[in-house]
Amino acid sequence: MKQCCECSNMHEQRADKIPSDFSLLYPILDKYKKKAGSLISILQKAQEIYGFLPLDVMDKIAEETGIKAPVIYGVATFYTQFRLNPIGKYLIMLCKGTACHVNGAGEIEEAVCDELKIVDGETTQDKLFTLNNVACLGCCSLSPVMMINGETHAKLTPDKARKILRDIRKNDFVENGEGSS
Amino acid sequence: MKIVVGQGSCGIAAGANKVNEALNSELAQRNCSNHIETTGCCGTCYLEPIVDVYDDLGNKTTFVQVQAQWAKDIVDFALLGKEPETALKMAEEDHAAQRKQKKVALRNAGIINPENINDYLVREGYEAIKKCLAQMTPLQVIEEIKISGLRGRGGAGFPTWFKWNAAYQQKDKPKYIVCNGDEGDPGAFMDRSILEGDPHSVIEGMMIGGYAIGANEGILYVRAEYPLAIKRLEIAIEQARSKGLLGKNIFGSGFDFDVWIKAGAGAFVCGEETALIASLEGQRGMPRLKPPFPAQKGYWNKPTNINNVETFANIPWIYLNGGAAFAAMGTPKSKGTKVFALAGKIKKGGLVEIPMGLTLREVIFDIGGGILDDKKAKAVQMGGPSGGCIPEALFDTPVDYESITETGAIMGSGGMVVMDESTCMVGMAKFFLDFTRKESCGKCIQCRIGTKRMLEILTRITEGEGKEGDIELLEELSKRVMDGSLCALGGTAPNPVLTTLKYFRHEYEAHIRDKKCPAHSCKNLLTYEILEDKCTGCTVCAINCPTKAIAGERKQLHVIHQELCIKCGKCKSVCRFQAVEAL
Repeated sequence: MKQCCECSNMHEQRADKIPSDFSLLYPILDKYKKKAGSLISILQKAQEIYGFLPLDVMDKIAEETGIKAPVIYGVATFYTQFRLNPIGKYLIMLCKGTACHVNGAGEIEEAVCDELKIVDGETTQDKLFTLNNVACLGCCSLSPVMMINGETHAKLTPDKARKILRDIRKNDFVENGEGSS
Repeated sequence: MKIVVGQGSCGIAAGANKVNEALNSELAQRNCSNHIETTGCCGTCYLEPIVDVYDDLGNKTTFVQVQAQWAKDIVDFALLGKEPETALKMAEEDHAAQRKQKKVALRNAGIINPENINDYLVREGYEAIKKCLAQMTPLQVIEEIKISGLRGRGGAGFPTWFKWNAAYQQKDKPKYIVCNGDEGDPGAFMDRSILEGDPHSVIEGMMIGGYAIGANEGILYVRAEYPLAIKRLEIAIEQARSKGLLGKNIFGSGFDFDVWIKAGAGAFVCGEETALIASLEGQRGMPRLKPPFPAQKGYWNKPTNINNVETFANIPWIYLNGGAAFAAMGTPKSKGTKVFALAGKIKKGGLVEIPMGLTLREVIFDIGGGILDDKKAKAVQMGGPSGGCIPEALFDTPVDYESITETGAIMGSGGMVVMDESTCMVGMAKFFLDFTRKESCGKCIQCRIGTKRMLEILTRITEGEGKEGDIELLEELSKRVMDGSLCALGGTAPNPVLTTLKYFRHEYEAHIRDKKCPAHSCKNLLTYEILEDKCTGCTVCAINCPTKAIAGERKQLHVIHQELCIKCGKCKSVCRFQAVEAL
């Protein structure tokens, strides 16, 4: 599943071709485009709007700011914060920091991957979960930890991690019914 | 009476928000809603969530590992002085561990409400900048830092006065002062706690630095992974502006200064000064050759001074108490105090601030309470991906820049991850190389390709495919990566490998020659066996084995067929009699 870069994802995106709505982007561009060195801030705001960085949005930013599109892709693929693909309803940030590593983050990752049948960076077929390994969440004394949509789950064991995911899936199903997500 | 809930990131992760809600509703029922406040991390993360109750005389009682259902008990105690039935008070030994510390950078964290500037002001907040502006010239300000002996707390330990002086000497204008809050070292969270718990001390430190070098604009570069720190900084900046502490003509001195926040986007290499500047300018964070140094040509090619969060937090204290008072703490070459993030296999994980020169043993055992489950200590990792593992035999090493560097590790930003005998040192080296391989910006070939090749060799060794000559190959590659890299990321990336090779070479050899992992941690090198004297023949392991590798009749000894075993460890985890052993 390893790829050298995300270019194949870009091709996928091109094939999908659902044009993005730029109306929310213009106020951001108006605010930042005159200020030199604002590309990262623009991309951060754009990701807040769309949940990821669609190709046509990056092209639009290029057009409006005058920064060349390859430079924008270069920045977007350099920093780990930026995503080129949509994420699932629940974003799992699994901490792989040193303290978590020493306290068994590897086993937690195995359990999560086995439970959801995805690996780091992937989204489940039902678009419910996305797994992202992160370098450190800074909760080292509560390790191992994972954060799901902003909520931290601390002192995990493989079984505890599986249960958390099953509970989320169950509650989501109860609230929204099948196939809603 | 006042109830204070610790709501740093660690407290919130442990459930402080629920505790806060419960206390709020309990207080509301008794018409005392305005008696509750928030504070940052006080360092004892292992006791979170923490609630402090202050009586009218200012005496503090600390409740630890607080659960939401204790709210009534705590409020009863606070209002009526009724001894709590359930709520747990902080133990004397935990208080004692606190007393062994000396808080300078953390002087306000866990005490003040970081979202209320008045709390900072009553603790001599913004008095240091006032003193500098009224009584000192920029050169005198720099001289005081020189007397204090303060060295950069971000990792390299470069004398702060030297950097300030270099920026001061530049004629070019405008100048910039930057706070490096890109705390990327996995296993370190000192800067986050300071920013969350005491944001004004960092802003005031930047103001003093700005006055010293002649900068009127400050930039706080903070990791995007620290949203709470960014939020509290935004509040702090707004409040400082509204009080005229940031802006034009501060304290009527004619000095103008303001700061703004730039959220990083996640790249470890941006901790490097020139990469950080590239990132500030909206580019990929790739380091460039020095000189010119940032003090000469930094942000937009203008003189720029960059210091770390903890360095700035120390600065107001130095002007309030004098550089000599700071220099009186610590060792001759490493003065003052340093904050460390204690984590890993340790009983009392959290933040500690100690005078330099205490030994590792004192920090880990006297303050950190020793090893989890009273196991045997094996090593401590310092300096993160740029640092190394110091073995237990060297735990009497004093914690100062020179002594730690002598061991092969580095002081780094202050991460201290403690390991016991169950941690595989080859696995540890592999973990860090995996990190640096991902975080290498790709500019220098030796770093980009070298770390990848080193990771491949380490992976091979931990999977039982290690060959004779692998150790020598790792050593040669290490040298080449260090020599051929432009910045400190590549220049120090092999350190975790070199220090583990230096102190734990036998573990590498056991993996390669005997195909054994002495820590019983590398999966592929384990052999599962059932112990004859403990097996009761309950069949649970056989039922759960995914490859049907376990044979045996009910109430008879079970046996694992090694050729079928996939080493998943399921049998060991389900056995209730500890009859399965991994060797």
